[in-house]
Amino acid sequence: MADPESPSVALFVTCLVDIVRPSVGFAAVRLLEAAGCRVSVPDSQTCCGQPAYNSGDRPNAAAVARQVIAACEGFDYVVVPSGSCAGMIVKHYPDLFAADPAWRVRAQSLSARTRELLSFLRDERGFEPVGVRMDAAITCHDSCAGLRELNIRQQPRDLLARVAGARLVEAGLAESCCGFGGLFCVKYPDISAAMADRKIDEIASMDADVVCGGDLGCLMNMAGRLSRRNVPCAVWHTAEILAGMTEGVAPVCGTVPDKRDGP
Amino acid sequence: MKSTASQFPANVRAALDDRVLQDVLKNFSEGFPLKRARAVERLEEFDDLCDAARDIKDHVLDNLDRYLLGFEERVRESGGHVHWCETADHARAAILDICRSANARTITKSKSMIGEEIGINDHLAAHGMVPVETDLGEYIIQLRQEPPSHIIAPAIHLSKEQVARTFAHHHHARDPGRNLNDPRAILDEARAELRQKFLEADVGLTGANMLVAETGSVAIVTNEGNADLTMGVPRVHVVIASMEKIVPTLEDASTILRVLARSATGQDMTVYTTFVTGPRRTQDLDGPQEFHVVLLDNGRTGLLGTEFQDILRCIRCGSCINHCPVYSTIGGHAYGWVYPGPMGSVLTPALTGLPDARHLPGASTLCGMCETVCPMRIPLPKQLRHWRVRQIRQKLVPVTTRYGLGLWAFVARRPALYRFVTAAAVRIMSALARGRSRLPRLPFAGGWTSVRDLPAPQGTTFMAQWKAGRRRYP
Repeated sequence: MADPESPSVALFVTCLVDIVRPSVGFAAVRLLEAAGCRVSVPDSQTCCGQPAYNSGDRPNAAAVARQVIAACEGFDYVVVPSGSCAGMIVKHYPDLFAADPAWRVRAQSLSARTRELLSFLRDERGFEPVGVRMDAAITCHDSCAGLRELNIRQQPRDLLARVAGARLVEAGLAESCCGFGGLFCVKYPDISAAMADRKIDEIASMDADVVCGGDLGCLMNMAGRLSRRNVPCAVWHTAEILAGMTEGVAPVCGTVPDKRDGP
Repeated sequence: MKSTASQFPANVRAALDDRVLQDVLKNFSEGFPLKRARAVERLEEFDDLCDAARDIKDHVLDNLDRYLLGFEERVRESGGHVHWCETADHARAAILDICRSANARTITKSKSMIGEEIGINDHLAAHGMVPVETDLGEYIIQLRQEPPSHIIAPAIHLSKEQVARTFAHHHHARDPGRNLNDPRAILDEARAELRQKFLEADVGLTGANMLVAETGSVAIVTNEGNADLTMGVPRVHVVIASMEKIVPTLEDASTILRVLARSATGQDMTVYTTFVTGPRRTQDLDGPQEFHVVLLDNGRTGLLGTEFQDILRCIRCGSCINHCPVYSTIGGHAYGWVYPGPMGSVLTPALTGLPDARHLPGASTLCGMCETVCPMRIPLPKQLRHWRVRQIRQKLVPVTTRYGLGLWAFVARRPALYRFVTAAAVRIMSALARGRSRLPRLPFAGGWTSVRDLPAPQGTTFMAQWKAGRRRYP
């Protein structure tokens, strides 16, 4: 049963963090431990199944989801450093097994225990980062699934407000899709880039040093486009900022040209 | 209207390369959403009204036969006629018959997406009649022989300079040196041109925003008043509507009207909201002598009871289109048929067939903005996913995608194999990055690297580092 003092948390790392940016996983571990959780990393986890689910391939999505469900049983919480992967488990797993009573029960149980990292830290652990500093103007990107499936908007801002030296600046397009959309971004790269460019044009005009967000997919898309266009703005996962890792880890796509040097 | 939805990728390329269109779309994407947000803010019970509107339409769709038959009876009692049309062909034939019986030459027309769906203008013109669009946007695109690019703002893809040039080109009788720089001047010229057409018309053809079962009335909303002149002046009024436009009562119609304009343009009410019932009665001073309602199915009843029934709640407010980041990037013509944006990508495959519309369900990031702003609570992303499921089942996706997903799932179900494959992928990407933090190019990843860099991985996978005992980074 859940011990409110020290719950057992399984970290579901997500495939993108596992492959592209392990530092986000380590940031999540550090934050969860600082928030009083006992963190485990189930070693049979792979991917949540979104690529198949959003492509309409329900049999393969369900096959992968079964693997995730089995891997993540036995913990008080399953915490995910991604709004879309958490949304997949919370909102879509039960739907995926609507016609399969045995698995539906297990999917619903996992759904009820699964949380997105930043909202879990803020809403359920009352966590506040202590002794973290980042001297930068930061703007948040609200990833679509986190925002619209899980209502994550204020939590990252509240947490970032506790980072010394950080100045939050709001982008008018913060809630607009960046054009990632999973396989969409490789199927329609030109539309995707044009969508990212709207946000990037605004960010470039805003005097923001840093864009952060809670979904590595969106961050890779925006960082990749910022880098391609040589726009000076660093991209971090919000968890990396909160874990105080920005001094020792390069931002997504590496360092960008300094503003003072011009683009 | 002929569909070019199957050429979606080429349509997109053209739209992205069209500088004028891109400028227009940028303004468009800022206007409507702001107006809607303000209108919704002003009305505390907006969310409750949306729930009520959804429930009305759900009830109607479960009892469609009853309400349609009731509507027909009331129309007949008031002296009108109802024409049941299963297909676009039937509807075109019915309208042509009515126009022929009226010896019609000029037919004024107010905006109707069903009119676009069945291509009524071309059909009437091919039979020697002169259909004249009277909605300003529709009038402009009729002159330019273009399809609409938006369901409530059909000429939204044009700049005012393009409209001025169109008028200068088509209105020969006017002073060639006149000033058309000002939107007001454009509007006045259209009004003067159309005034004569209203008076000449033998038949007026309108759409319908709602059909009211309890009274046999047709509700039509506009901001220009053109529909009122279209239905009130000619001898014959023909309404063309799809059958899911029915609502049970006037009270229900007023509930839906309260969410319609707010969602569409951010107005509390449209400027003109008109209910008409039957032809002119003996004591009436004006109105048509004949009143016809052409009811079109065109595949819609085939959606009843399926996973797509929800889309039949759509009231064509355009809110999903106004808020769609993909639409505001590519415009409406790229979608290739009558209905663009999220609602179009759900409806078009049902009406023109999934093979023709195969690109549309995938032309969305599923960002969910459309569902958030839909006053009828249509789960549009979910509906798009339903089409994707059918595409997989019907093998309408490229074989590489299908096998790719199968292979990926095979690996993702086997953690040991998955670890091996991901570690290998990271090694390869790291080798190609040669110490850089980003990859400008990557073999077989052109979809990604054609427009953006790819971040290089950080050495090895998280799972490998964790297993090796690492707990801190860097």
